[in-house]
Amino acid sequence: MWIAYKTIVIKEILRFSRIWVQTIVPPVITTSLYLLIFGGLMGSRIGQMRGIDYLDFIVPGIILMTVIMQSYANTVSSFFMTKYNNSFEELLVSTTPNWVILLGFVSGGVARGFCVGAAVTFTISFFVEIKIYSLLIIAVTFFLTSIMFALAGFINAVFAKTFDDISIIPNFVLLPLTYLSGMFYSIDILPSFWQGLSVFNPIFYMMDSFRLGFLGIGSVELWKAFLVPIFMIIVLAFAANFMLNRGVSIKTE
Amino acid sequence: MPLALSTDNLAKTYSNNLEALKGINLKVEKGDFFALLGSNGAGKTTAIGIISGLLKSTSGEVVIDGLNQKKHVNEIKQMIGLMPQEFNFNPHEPNIEILINQGGYFGIPRKEAKTQAEILLKKMELWDRRFDVAQSLSGGMKRRLMLARALMHKPKILILDEPTAGVDVEIRQSMWHYLTQLNNEGMTIILTTHYLEEAESLCRNIAILNNGVLVEQSNMKKLLSKAKRQVIIIDTVEKLSENIEISNCDCEVIDENTLQVSQGEGITISDVISALKAQNINVSHLRSSQNRLESLFLSLTS
Repeated sequence: MWIAYKTIVIKEILRFSRIWVQTIVPPVITTSLYLLIFGGLMGSRIGQMRGIDYLDFIVPGIILMTVIMQSYANTVSSFFMTKYNNSFEELLVSTTPNWVILLGFVSGGVARGFCVGAAVTFTISFFVEIKIYSLLIIAVTFFLTSIMFALAGFINAVFAKTFDDISIIPNFVLLPLTYLSGMFYSIDILPSFWQGLSVFNPIFYMMDSFRLGFLGIGSVELWKAFLVPIFMIIVLAFAANFMLNRGVSIKTE
Repeated sequence: MPLALSTDNLAKTYSNNLEALKGINLKVEKGDFFALLGSNGAGKTTAIGIISGLLKSTSGEVVIDGLNQKKHVNEIKQMIGLMPQEFNFNPHEPNIEILINQGGYFGIPRKEAKTQAEILLKKMELWDRRFDVAQSLSGGMKRRLMLARALMHKPKILILDEPTAGVDVEIRQSMWHYLTQLNNEGMTIILTTHYLEEAESLCRNIAILNNGVLVEQSNMKKLLSKAKRQVIIIDTVEKLSENIEISNCDCEVIDENTLQVSQGEGITISDVISALKAQNINVSHLRSSQNRLESLFLSLTS
């Protein structure tokens, strides 16, 4: 099982490394633009957010957004393509258990989230001095976030029948939820109705703990911020494994 | 002879109510080279899909090497190598990676898988293309790549679904030779093909599916002996008259040097040649007009 797991992870890493122009370069360019526009040009007019320079304030959000989008994109595109070109049959006829297949694909998503997140962090370091309050909180938040969104991407790919189906969720659900999670602002400045609504956005909790890890400021208790993604991971992992075992959209009924 | 594979009332009805298999009882002996024939839509690929674990059966049992498929999933998967009809690899992946990964999925360590991949790629004459992506290969090369992939984990039973479709004559011959060699080494091979001469020359036993029903299962020689009449085309040295007669045969003059003879029961080719010789007609060439298995196949499935 360990060999099969390692094989899937290596395959996934080689896959996104081979197409680095599509997977690593665009987020780095987007990040540079965010920093130039929101930090350099507009940030000086905005001033400070919760006592922190605006450019420093948005850094954790930009990194986490990259992690979310890349972890999701890796599993959704990779698993959908294995369905599309029927290469998933290579795994179906093999002795690899379904939970190892799931773990392998999710680990691939985490690996891409880490690699692209690291590339973006490196790029940011040219614009701003990166502050670190707690590396442990950053690492735990990164793992919980990337695992959760890699699982979500996997489930999206299971149901996807066309290429449109794999871009709908990232564009119409993930991106708005990320922007509304307090990536560019602190929810303290929102009217109470919108503050109340924000607590139903799971990304808000991850954004909060990630910012706490970098800047030492947070809006919710840390245990709550960790509990939400842990709960989501458990639910999504059970759902994904159940679908694999049932052969949903993989085995012809 | 112990059985490598048997099915008991194996049935499959798809969600669109298509009854692809209607309770088939297949029996394949260990070490056999077995042909599973049938026209398009007969249920061959469905049967293969269920046996190899790609499809769920609606009812019935599959037993491989004495093990029930539902109870011994992994042991059975380890025993089966599948080369499917459709290309089912990542076309953007290098050929050697496709093989190494397949080994990994079966628990073969990467170093060992690399060695096995090298042996198989050399055998399939694909070693020079090992770093090319699969989509750059020709149709025949892709088929050989899939054969190599099916052999990565050294299966006991090899299932080949149309292995030589789109493969040129020379490569087909070398694949036949390699498959025969694998069979001689003890591997059980189950073959589906539309080239009936391929099944006739390679396989010892045969089953024919028609509309999801097993209409024939027997020894190839026995089955061929059922084909009572064989039609042969004879090229003659001398010009033929319009009326040629050979006892117990139907003769038709096609042109002045070509004769079609439908052999009656008990009449051998030597009898036909002798009868012509008695009429001062010498044979320069002769060939079979229609493959015997083809005639039988058509009579069983029409």
